[in-house]
Amino acid sequence: MATLPVLKEYPAQEHPETHFLNHDKSLKSWLLTVDHKRIGLMYLASVIFFFFVGGVLALALRLELWEPARNFMDADTYNRIFTLHGAVMIFLFIIPSIPAALGNIFLPVMLGAKDVAFPRLNLASFYIYVGGALFTLYSMAHGGIDTGWTFYTPYSTTSGSAVISMTFGVFVMGFSSILTGMNFIVTIHKMRAPGLVWGKLPLFIWSLYATAIIQVLATPVLAITLLLLIMERTLGIGIFDPALGGDPVLYQHFFWFYSHPAVYIMIVPAFGIISELIATFSRKTIFGYWAIAFSSLAIAFIGFLVWGHHMFTSGQSELSTVVFSFLTFFVGLPTGIKILNWVATMYKGSIWMQSPMLYAIMFLFLFTIGGLTGIMLGALSVNIHLHDTYYVVAHFHYVMMGGTVFAFLGGLHFWWPKFTGKMFNELQAKIAAVILFIGFNMTFLPQFVMGSQGMPRRYYGYIEQFQTLHQYSTVGSWVLGVGFLLIFWYLVQSLRKGEAAPSNPWGGRSLEWMISSPMPPHNFDYIPVVKHGPYDYHQPIAEFRLGIDDGHSHTETKAH
Amino acid sequence: MSHTDATHSNSHLQHHFVDSDQQFDSAKLGMWLFLVTEILFFGGLFVAYIVYRAWNPELFTMAATQLDTVMGGINTLVLIGSSLTMALAIRAAQTDNPSASIKYLASTVALAFVFMVIKYFEYTHKFELGIYPGEAYSFTGIDHPKAHIFFSIYYMMTGLHGIHVIIGIGIITWLIIKTRNGAFNSSYYTPVEITGLYWHLVDIIWIFLFPLLYLID
Repeated sequence: MATLPVLKEYPAQEHPETHFLNHDKSLKSWLLTVDHKRIGLMYLASVIFFFFVGGVLALALRLELWEPARNFMDADTYNRIFTLHGAVMIFLFIIPSIPAALGNIFLPVMLGAKDVAFPRLNLASFYIYVGGALFTLYSMAHGGIDTGWTFYTPYSTTSGSAVISMTFGVFVMGFSSILTGMNFIVTIHKMRAPGLVWGKLPLFIWSLYATAIIQVLATPVLAITLLLLIMERTLGIGIFDPALGGDPVLYQHFFWFYSHPAVYIMIVPAFGIISELIATFSRKTIFGYWAIAFSSLAIAFIGFLVWGHHMFTSGQSELSTVVFSFLTFFVGLPTGIKILNWVATMYKGSIWMQSPMLYAIMFLFLFTIGGLTGIMLGALSVNIHLHDTYYVVAHFHYVMMGGTVFAFLGGLHFWWPKFTGKMFNELQAKIAAVILFIGFNMTFLPQFVMGSQGMPRRYYGYIEQFQTLHQYSTVGSWVLGVGFLLIFWYLVQSLRKGEAAPSNPWGGRSLEWMISSPMPPHNFDYIPVVKHGPYDYHQPIAEFRLGIDDGHSHTETKAH
Repeated sequence: MSHTDATHSNSHLQHHFVDSDQQFDSAKLGMWLFLVTEILFFGGLFVAYIVYRAWNPELFTMAATQLDTVMGGINTLVLIGSSLTMALAIRAAQTDNPSASIKYLASTVALAFVFMVIKYFEYTHKFELGIYPGEAYSFTGIDHPKAHIFFSIYYMMTGLHGIHVIIGIGIITWLIIKTRNGAFNSSYYTPVEITGLYWHLVDIIWIFLFPLLYLID
């Protein structure tokens, strides 16, 4: 090319007739698509389905706990149901929820790329996830499993339930997670648009980057652990089984070396969404950009050093217990930095309290409670008292549900107009958010109290003094159920007859808001050029839509 | 969507990349990341090895005498040789010499087969003695209550490594077919290069396994 490319503004086309949802309508074009947006949508539908399954299991558990003794299911069924609730929510819902669903749809767009680096691998990840999910469904159909989602040995080597098919399913899904992580790291390194230097990346991208590093480094260890567990059950290799001379505590070390970092796979992407929501709805440059970006990486790093805090009462050495407790407190630093920066971003901002922002604020409340109770649990002397009680259950539900699920819902509402092209009913969204907030606290606050009074987790029966608190908790779970049904209702209504969404309904500045809603099939019909950071609200919006011609005629692009 | 097997010079370039360099760099970074996951995958087994060896040092020196150092040594040389032929195959692909590339790739596959055949004789010899992994272990020649755990670790490590060799044979065979069809030249040889990275990793893992399992007595 002899002539220099011309930098000009490319305004988004409002309400386009052709977009990624309808440019090819055949079933095959969905099932075999390599388009990251369609793959992300298929993930989204899957994780929502499994959230529903896990949620129904949770409602059944809470209903059983209405009575101190048997209510409507026997103890064996109860053990299977709490195991399935944990396994489904963790491996099938929360791990893929933000990265594989929302991340897949928006990561390439926010980078100004046409797709992830390895689109076919991305599709393969999805089908590997589906394959793993089928194994877990098979396991459920064949009696389920009653070991708890941690599959601790020696019980998991002797339990009569369908352990092999469940752990094999989780093993397979691990590869899906690894491949997604690899794909994201390469995409962030190699596919950024001209001008999009690391210091101008949206913070959601930074959080996905930190998450992907954990996925790549931790998940293979889970894979080998589960493989060894399967071998233990089939061949009796004796590494973890004390009856054969093995060591069950070694299993716990192996398992938590993955599963502790894995909780950061679950929460760090949520941090990224919150950064986007708070900056966008405060109309203000984010406070402490680098502090937030690097605190994600710091969490990813420190997360690898604290796995032993799950094992304070397992019989590991006192010295390692003290060291792990000490290191655990360090996780509080980067997390505290984030909370401080988010609050400082809101300070003197022009806050627009739309439903996504409402979720972000609720996240700040709930996650802070979850985080501070985590510090309590990290303290050795307190932990001995609270270990394996409902206090732990409440703590991680505040972090995982109050944190990740609320952020996921915030992100879902935030980006919903972008990928569906439809607005939702804002009033109903606000009502649902408030219902969820009330229901959530009703369900889990009493569990802190019960736990500190000595109610053990996972127990089928309990003494009568806990009945009132258990019943509060159960009623809370119904309120939560109503809130989710309302969300489901208005989102379906939005798809059916929602108002058409403009390209930038919230006035965002990152690249996904500079293209049509829904997005064009190849995201950009030009090469976007980035001049300003994603939170530079003081700059004219026209300067966020710059680009150069990509050398393709547009008719050719449409022919794909 | 684009494919890699079309005819004109730029045809390997997938639509979402700006140019060939970006595509090549991405593939290579992706492969390196994959190798990191492989190291962590095997890392779990190395940790199990370290833990049990630290607890039972005498078991490991006793049990290692049952492993055939000569066969293991030959296999080490075979794999190092196959890494050399793999590197030469990449060089040949880079310099537009597909026929040499095919020859070197075929030698790599042949050496990988030699490795697996020797492994087969090692395994069957142990099975004859009753040295099975885990509960099936019935050998009485090692006077130690945890002898079966050493061999569980041995079979897990070498077995998983063997599976990687078999996967490598499959991929390199596919490369031979692609090279024969003229898919690779000096401007596009990414699959050959990144398969080479994988193959070297398989080699390096064996270079750690051999002394740790065979040479400790």
